[in-house]
Order: sequence, then C-alpha cells, then structure tokens
Amino acid sequence: MIDRDASALGTARAARAMRRNDVRARSHAAYWAFMTHRLSGVALAVFLPIHFFVLAQALAHPGTLDAFLDWTRRPAVKLAETLLVLALAAHLGGGVRLLLVEFAGWRAERQKTAIALTAAAAVAIALLFALAA
Amino acid sequence: MSDTGAWVADTNNRGRSTAARAAAWRFVLQRASAAVLAVCVVIHLATMIYAARHGLSSEAVVARMHVTPAWPAFYALFVVAAAIHAPLGIRTVVDEWLGLRGRVVDAALGFFALLLLGGGLYAVRALAG
Amino acid sequence: MSENRDSTLPVRIWRGDANGRFERYDVPRHASQTVLDVVSHVQKHVDATLAYRYACRVGMCGSCAMTVNGKARWTCRTHVDAVVGDAMLEIAPLNHMPIVRDLVVDMAPFFDKWAAAMGAFTPTATRHDDFAQVEPASPQRRAIDATIECIGCAVCYASCDVVGWKPAYLGPAALNRAWTLVNDVRDGAGAARLRAVSDDAGCQACHTHQSCTERCPKHLAPTGAIAGLKRRVALAALKGQL
Repeated sequence: MIDRDASALGTARAARAMRRNDVRARSHAAYWAFMTHRLSGVALAVFLPIHFFVLAQALAHPGTLDAFLDWTRRPAVKLAETLLVLALAAHLGGGVRLLLVEFAGWRAERQKTAIALTAAAAVAIALLFALAA
Repeated sequence: MSDTGAWVADTNNRGRSTAARAAAWRFVLQRASAAVLAVCVVIHLATMIYAARHGLSSEAVVARMHVTPAWPAFYALFVVAAAIHAPLGIRTVVDEWLGLRGRVVDAALGFFALLLLGGGLYAVRALAG
Repeated sequence: MSENRDSTLPVRIWRGDANGRFERYDVPRHASQTVLDVVSHVQKHVDATLAYRYACRVGMCGSCAMTVNGKARWTCRTHVDAVVGDAMLEIAPLNHMPIVRDLVVDMAPFFDKWAAAMGAFTPTATRHDDFAQVEPASPQRRAIDATIECIGCAVCYASCDVVGWKPAYLGPAALNRAWTLVNDVRDGAGAARLRAVSDDAGCQACHTHQSCTERCPKHLAPTGAIAGLKRRVALAALKGQL
C-alpha cells in the first residue's frame, strides 16, 4: 500500500524530469474523438450561461424580443448557431458512444466504426439545421 | 508518514473511503446527467430543426410551448441536468489542462452550477409565461 | 541479406537527461533491421556511453520499449523499414517517466502506481483448503483472460495523455491489472481494491483516448478493463460498499 502523497508519484519535480507526447502519439481516431468531445464541451459550457440569460431577457421583456429576433437573422449569427448545433450534436454523439463503452460493454477495440458514424451524424444534424434555418 | 502504525493497519484501505466515494459519486452524477441530457438534447435538436425547416419564428415556437406545461417541465429537467453535467466536465478540464484543483476550484464550480441553475430556471419561468 | 556499405541510415537518438538533446548518428542500413539493432550498433561501434535497456530481443520481455518517431514501441519488434519516413528516424526514451540517462527511464513511479492500485493478489486460501474451482468460460475468467497477458512494459503508460496531464493518475497498466484481480474469485481484497482505484487520479480519470489500446504490443485493451472498473466502483458506491 503506497501513500500517494509521500511518494514521487505526483511531484512537480518528477513532472519536469520526463518527456511528453506530441501530435505523433495523438494521431488516431479515438483521440480525435476525445478532443472533439472535450472542445465541444468547453464551448457549450461557455455558451450555456449566455444562452440562458439572453433567452430569458428576450422572453421576459417582449419589447426586446423583436430586436433580438432581428439580430438572430444576421448571417454571422446564423453561422454561430450552426456551429453550436454542430458542437451539441458532436458532444451528444461522442457522449452516447462513451456511455455505451462504459456501461453497455461496447468493445474498446472496435470503436473506429462508431466514431466514424457519430462524426457523420453530427455533421448531418448540423446541415439539417443550417440548410433550413 | 506521521502515523505509520495506522497506515500499516489500514490494510482495508479505509483511509481512502472519503476520496474514493467522492470520485465514484462524481462519476455517477456525471454519467446519470449525461444520460438525461442525451434524451433532452435529442428532443431539443429535433425541435430546433423542425422549427427551422417549417419556417417557424421564435414567437411561434414559444407560443406552441405555452400550450402545455410539459414543455417548461422538460426544460426545467434539462436545466438541472446541465447544471450538474457542465461544472463536473469543466472541473476535469481545469485540472488536466490548467493544473488547478482543490477546494477553491470546487467552490468556483459550485458557483458556476448555481449560475446555470438560476439562469436556466429564470429562462424556463419566462418561457412558461 | 548482404550488407550494403553504401546505404546508411541517419538517426537521431536522445542523449542526456530531461535537459538533454537529440544527437545524430549514421548507422549502416541492413535488410530486416530493427530499431534495437540500430541502438545496439551505436553503443557497440560509435559511442559506448549510450545507455539503453533490452533483454530478450525477441518480443517477450518488453524491456526495450522506447519512443520511436513519437510513438512508444518495443524496439526489438519494430523494423526500421516500417517506421522510417520523410523525417529522420528518431529514438527517445519512454515518455512520462523521469529520464535516468539517454534511453533509460526510472520505472519506479510506474510500479509504485501498480502497487497503489493494489495490483497484487490477496490470497484467502490456506494449504489446508482444496484447490479453487474456476470455470474457464465464466464471465469473470474471460474478463481476466482478455487482460492478463500484460508484462508491465509501460508502453501504454507512456502513451497515455492523462498520465502526462495528471502526474498522479494510476495509468492503464496498473488499472488493467487491478481489473484482473477484481475478477479473480480467489482474491480477498474486495472493496479495498475498489477504494484504491476510485479517485480523481483513479479509474474515473480515463477519458477513453484509447492510446493505450492503440499501442499495446500484446494487443490488450486497458480501455475496456478501466471501463469495467468504473462500472464496478459505481455499483459499489450506489450500494454503500465503498
């Protein structure tokens, strides 16, 4: 039994004495899927408070709703919305895949197909939104 | 190690109980909220795409959501799940990529959770009219 | 397999400790040459001070693991032809462990974490008990079979970015071994081992990058073993057994 605090396991000195991975070690599908999942998650977490407050303002004060709606029709905003939908769909797809790996025993060795399909689904959902909005 | 006797005697790892339970419960909450969000997000995306494809204005969407209390209830559940899920996710990112961890970080994330909860339920109330 | 003296292979090899640098060597290129052959040539004929590890040189012991062109591999099982590309062949020590010198790393943290994850068998039977009856087709034994072949080479540990980002993370090998013991019906550690692996730096820290599974020379899937631990720990927490 090791006392984690007393050992050299997590010391900063140990951390400086070693080499780390670069992009060559990260060039495989499951890693890209992770990075997509993490970055989309951070983007959504940053967006969410803004989404709640802007929406609440627009709904609670009907006078501001019109101005808000005009603003949402601008192309730059439409693009941002599409990217958010893409982020949400990507995070959803990756998240469901992870839940299946962790709880439904989806084999870790056979994830490449699932990764390809979830990526395709995310793009499809974003396009369904963008080409109609 | 100050209390070697106790450490040697702790062959059942009881000293790790608190940390182990905390980590396990964070995992359970994160995955459970993820499962709830998966359902909510599918419905939300379907709603947004439906509205876009049918040319519904935002007022039309809101008007349709006023018809039944199911929509505000749905979004309230959505908000609660997001308020649990997002801070726990950010906690890991902040630990691994910024090297920040500990009580102050957890307090800040707790504040973030309350911000999401408050802001989100405020929006739901505005939706419910 | 004749030696072509006109054909040389330029190679960069890490020298020194973490503050060291790559040095270039030119070695004779042969057919069916492995990266271990290249390193051995440099040590024998060019610079005797080059430090590196190997033992069996036939892909059984895992001692020769190094970072080749950015990826952790067994150098005795890596043909130069398979990895030499547009850039110069690059040989460095394994990542995520303190560098002792040149291509040798201090593997103590790796094995300390193995112990911290309770990766050792906890016996319950005595010499007076009958042999344990373990059904080979049982789910637990099959789970063990899928993950037991680990020889502790640390390629997975060197490949895992969570280890790189979170120095206290137990890592794929230690957790993989803990999983085999969690499934061992003879083992007596029970909830103690689940407590050992449940932590911010424990099994829940795995993000399913699958770099471990991608690089394991024994084709194991520590990702799956860690997912199993996550399930087992979650269940124990829900039942109040942690």
